[in-house]
Amino acid sequence: MEKTSDGWSGMVADWSGDREAFRVPWGKAMMWIFLLSDTFIFGSFLTGYMSVRIAATAGWPNPSEVFALTIGGVQLPLILIAIMTFILITSSGTMAMAVNYAYRRERAVCARLMLVTAALGASFVCMQAFEWSKLIAEGVRPWGNPDGAAQFGACFFMITGFHGLHVTAGVIYLSIVAARVRRGHYEAGGNYDIVEIAGLYWHFVDLVWVFIFALFYLW
Amino acid sequence: MEQQQHPIGLYLKVWLLLFVLSAMSYMVDLFHLHGYLRWTLILLLMMAKAGLIVAVFMHLRWERAALMYAILAPPACLLVLAWLMWIESDHTFLTRMEYFR
Repeated sequence: MEKTSDGWSGMVADWSGDREAFRVPWGKAMMWIFLLSDTFIFGSFLTGYMSVRIAATAGWPNPSEVFALTIGGVQLPLILIAIMTFILITSSGTMAMAVNYAYRRERAVCARLMLVTAALGASFVCMQAFEWSKLIAEGVRPWGNPDGAAQFGACFFMITGFHGLHVTAGVIYLSIVAARVRRGHYEAGGNYDIVEIAGLYWHFVDLVWVFIFALFYLW
Repeated sequence: MEQQQHPIGLYLKVWLLLFVLSAMSYMVDLFHLHGYLRWTLILLLMMAKAGLIVAVFMHLRWERAALMYAILAPPACLLVLAWLMWIESDHTFLTRMEYFR
């Protein structure tokens, strides 16, 4: 075996020693690893929610009724949540198309699709703000609510709040990348991996919502 | 480095499918389905949507196996955690019913 220096310089040499496990652009590997750690955060939140819901002795508030809206005199269960779900899926679709156009080097179309994605994300956050205000006005707090088990509020605010924070960060992230794509920042190198990497983050936000929608709102 | 370039038609099909699946999971609530039928449908539709997003939108089905397993295997630990907490919280519930009512 070749004799190499140890200590700090040896460690740097080992860690930068041209041995790749994942044959993808480094940014993509890093984004996947970040998303994996995020999976554990949301997974732990949802597991915590499951635990307090099973252990609650008071009845769990019925999400179908808590999140119902009355539009034109008709009470529609979960309607806003359904609209939010469709908006997020639509934004995932526009993001997937943006990645496609980025690799075709049609940067004007790509930037426009990314901005549409960010705008849909922003409207999602607005609806969530509306939902929060409505629930707070009805007396739902992290420590109690008028409809049943006290743990409901803590789960709701923590899980949807953390997800909303991710959407907000995604809107900012996508807007920055879209602006740079439009300016032609990546044109010189011809490397548009960044759009796919930003897309991974955005699809992940949609993915987390799929789980929240099923396990929190529909269960 | 190969790029993730796939026909737009595929994305549109998956997009449409996600819409249909979401509409179906909303209808589970709208039609007031209850019990095991409701839970099975919710979980099945959830897994179908998650699978489509990860496989097609996030391009995981075209990635190399090394990356695929590095991403898909660790979350299995979460299932173990959820299983343990399920047992634990059942125990908590029974204890509360016994002593704190």
